[in-house]
Parts: sequence; C-alpha cells; structure tokens
Amino acid sequence: MHRIFSQWASPVHFYRLTGRMIPWLWAATLLLLAVGLFGGLVLAPPDYQQGEAYRIIFVHVPSAWMAMFVYMSMAVSAAISLIWRIKLADIWAKVSAPLGASFTALALLTGSLWGKPMWGTWWVWDARITSVVILLFLYIGYMALRAAIEDRRTASRASAILILVGVVNVPIIHYSVIWWNTLHQGPTITRLDAPAIHVSMLIPLLVMALAFMLYYLTVGLMRARSEVLDQERNSRWVTELVREEAR
Amino acid sequence: MTSRTSDLSEAAPLTVLDVFVAVLRRDVLIACRRSSEFVNPLMFFVIIVVLFPLALGSDPVQLRAVAPGVIWVAALLAVVLSLETIFRGDFEDGSLEQLLLSPFPTSVLVLAKIAAHWLVSGLPLLIISPLLGILLNLPAHVLPVLMFSLLLGTPVLSLLGAIGVALTVGLRRGGVLMPLLLLPLYVPVLIFGTGVLHSAVSGMPVAAHFYAMAALLSLAIGLAPLASAAALRVSLG
Repeated sequence: MHRIFSQWASPVHFYRLTGRMIPWLWAATLLLLAVGLFGGLVLAPPDYQQGEAYRIIFVHVPSAWMAMFVYMSMAVSAAISLIWRIKLADIWAKVSAPLGASFTALALLTGSLWGKPMWGTWWVWDARITSVVILLFLYIGYMALRAAIEDRRTASRASAILILVGVVNVPIIHYSVIWWNTLHQGPTITRLDAPAIHVSMLIPLLVMALAFMLYYLTVGLMRARSEVLDQERNSRWVTELVREEAR
Repeated sequence: MTSRTSDLSEAAPLTVLDVFVAVLRRDVLIACRRSSEFVNPLMFFVIIVVLFPLALGSDPVQLRAVAPGVIWVAALLAVVLSLETIFRGDFEDGSLEQLLLSPFPTSVLVLAKIAAHWLVSGLPLLIISPLLGILLNLPAHVLPVLMFSLLLGTPVLSLLGAIGVALTVGLRRGGVLMPLLLLPLYVPVLIFGTGVLHSAVSGMPVAAHFYAMAALLSLAIGLAPLASAAALRVSLG
C-alpha cells in the first residue's frame, strides 16, 4: 500500500500524470462554471424577498465552503507530510494556501456586496463573518511563516505544525465567536439558510460548488506542478524535460 | 552543578518532577536577574491602558464600558511581546539543544519553561490589573473577577505563545511574525476574558465564562506543550 502510494507520489510520475489531466480538468471546470452561472443567473427565478440581488449566493456560498474545505485539505496534507514525509503532500499544502486565502477573501467580499442592499450596510459583526475573517488571518499567518523560513525542509515541517495547531483551534474560535455574538447582540439578521432553498436555486448552487472544487483542484495541480519543477530542478528528469521542450 | 552530579549516582534517580522543578527554578532565577525582561512588558501593559483614556476622553461611563476590552487587548499584546524570552536566550547559548537531548520528555520540560514564563510575565499583569481597573473606573466588585479572568486566561496565552516562539526561534527576525501567527489563536481567550467582565459589570452570573476559560486552559495545558516540543525539534533540526 505504502509502496503504491509513494510510487504515485513520486515527483516524475505526478508531473507526467497531471500534465495529461489538466486540459480535461480545465474543460470540466469551465463547463460546470458555465452551466452553474447560466442556471443561477438566468434560469433560477428571482427571490420573492430579495429580488435579483440574492444571485450573488451562487458565488458567495461556494467560496465560503471552499474557504473551509481548502483549510481542511491543507491540514490533511500537513498531517500526511509530517507523518509519512511525503513531499507532494507538503507541496499541496503550500500551493493551497494562497487559493484558500483567495476563496476566503472572495467570500468576504461577495458577502459584503450582498450585505449592502440586504442589510443596508457593508459590514456586520455577525458570528459567521467574524470567524471567516479570523480564518483569513490564519491563512495569512501560514503564508507568512512559510515565507519567513528559508530552509525548505524546516519551512514545510514548521508550517505543517502551525496548520495542525490552527485546525484544532478553528472550531474553538468558531464557537467562541458564536458565543460572543449572542452575548453582544440579538440575532437581528435573518440568516441566509433560514428559508428552505428551492430546488431551482439549489441545483445551480451545487453545480457552482462543484465547479469551484474543480477550479481548486485544477489550479492547485498547476501550481503544484511548477512547485515540483522548482524543487526538483537539479534532478535528471527535469533537465531531460527541459531539453525535450527546447527541441 | 558539578558538585552535585557525584551525589546523584547514590541518590534516588531523578524523576520527571525533579527535572520539571529544576527547569522552572532556573528560568525564574534567570528572569529575576535580568529584571528588564519582565518589567518592560509590564510597563508596556500599563502604558497601553493609560493611552486609552487620553485617546477616548475621560468620561467615566465610557471608560467603564471599554475597560474590559482595553485591559485584555493590552494583556494580549504585552504577552506577545514578552514571549521571545521563553526560548530565545536558551536557543542562542545552546542550552535549548541540551534540553532536547535530555532523556526526559521534551513536552514536560517545555511545560516547565512555559510555567516559568507565566510566573514572570503573566503573574505581574494579574497583580497590577486591579490598579488599571480602578484607573478605568471599573466597580470594586469587578476587580476580583478581572484578576481571576487573567489568572485563567494568561496561562493560555503563554502556552499557545510557546508554540509560536518554538516555530520562529531559529529565524533572525521572528519578532514581526509572532503577533501575526498568534493573535488569531488568542481570539477565544479574548472573547471569554472580556465577556466575563462585561457580565460582571452588568451584574450577571460569571460562572459559565469561567468554566469555558478553564476548559480552554486544560485543553492548552494538555496539547500546547506537545506542539511546542514538536516545533522545537523542527526549528533546531
């Protein structure tokens, strides 16, 4: 089992395999994005309360889900890289961080754009918004630590520990923020998930979520490929590859 | 030290507790001899709190409303500033490596160092806090609550902080990085620490907050030394 895994996780194999996968992944991502956006922006009916402005959820909700998902995927990769010393797992954690931070920022931005017409204000110190902001800080801290350590091995292991400490803390932070919020102000804002969502809105939402997931996978793999090339730049297969490309 | 090593062979073997106490005593002693190490963060704490009335105006009602937040944010910053001393000096003179080579579990030794750090940097904050509470017009019955909240909260700051220092101790300029890594992790302590004071000021029961803080503390005591020990091993290669 371990042998198969480490063979698959060998940089050469990874590079070759993902090179063949990426065009297909891009095609699937773009197709799902087109279907999801068409379903969400054109086919789905306007909301009876929120009118057309609710349509931003087709971007907002998937990015909020991805903000969480990417962090979890980084934590799993960090654990794998710490325990089995698999280089690719560390590379995956590294390349995921800026993507996760972007999804988090996008979730905050779209939430803010939605909040202005709905709540009449760009920003509310709501429990969920606040914990997403803190999640963004966790991403930034991870990237800052990674950038600060020059030695690659130390950087990968130190940042893996940080992300695991963070993942223990995320639920604690989340629930403490909920506690803080209920203590300070009553829930004056009806949340997005209060009304049950109609199936004509749910399907495009799920398609968009899948498109975002594929986008993360595709761009993550592309970034991982260039990271592999960078880390293996002194090895023979990379030299041969460059020679082939030059021909 | 050398005179004692000869006795050791005949005396009972060292237990983990002996080593824990020895590390604790050594660190407290070193800190006491370099008093600026713990006086400076304390002064920083006081100055930050004194700045707020100057910035916000001296209205007593307003000061009472912001006092919990001001004191806790100042405590967070003061602790972050003082954290470097947990491992930095030992890293520079090489004794940290000796600590890692010891046959005793690193996490226990790290816990001793964290406890020493709390004694010299968390405890002074707690002792001076009633004074700051009075400056910010907190009612007298809230002052014990303030002290007790700091008693439960500041050890968590030291415990989590040790992980941050352990991760950055090998870096030449780790100082700017530390608040960035640690302050998001300090959010729960800040929330419960200020929450309990707000409850106490408005005459509501405080027990639930204290239970939550005690839970955070026990979780941190259990897990943070393990994480710091792992981080130290990474930083020292």
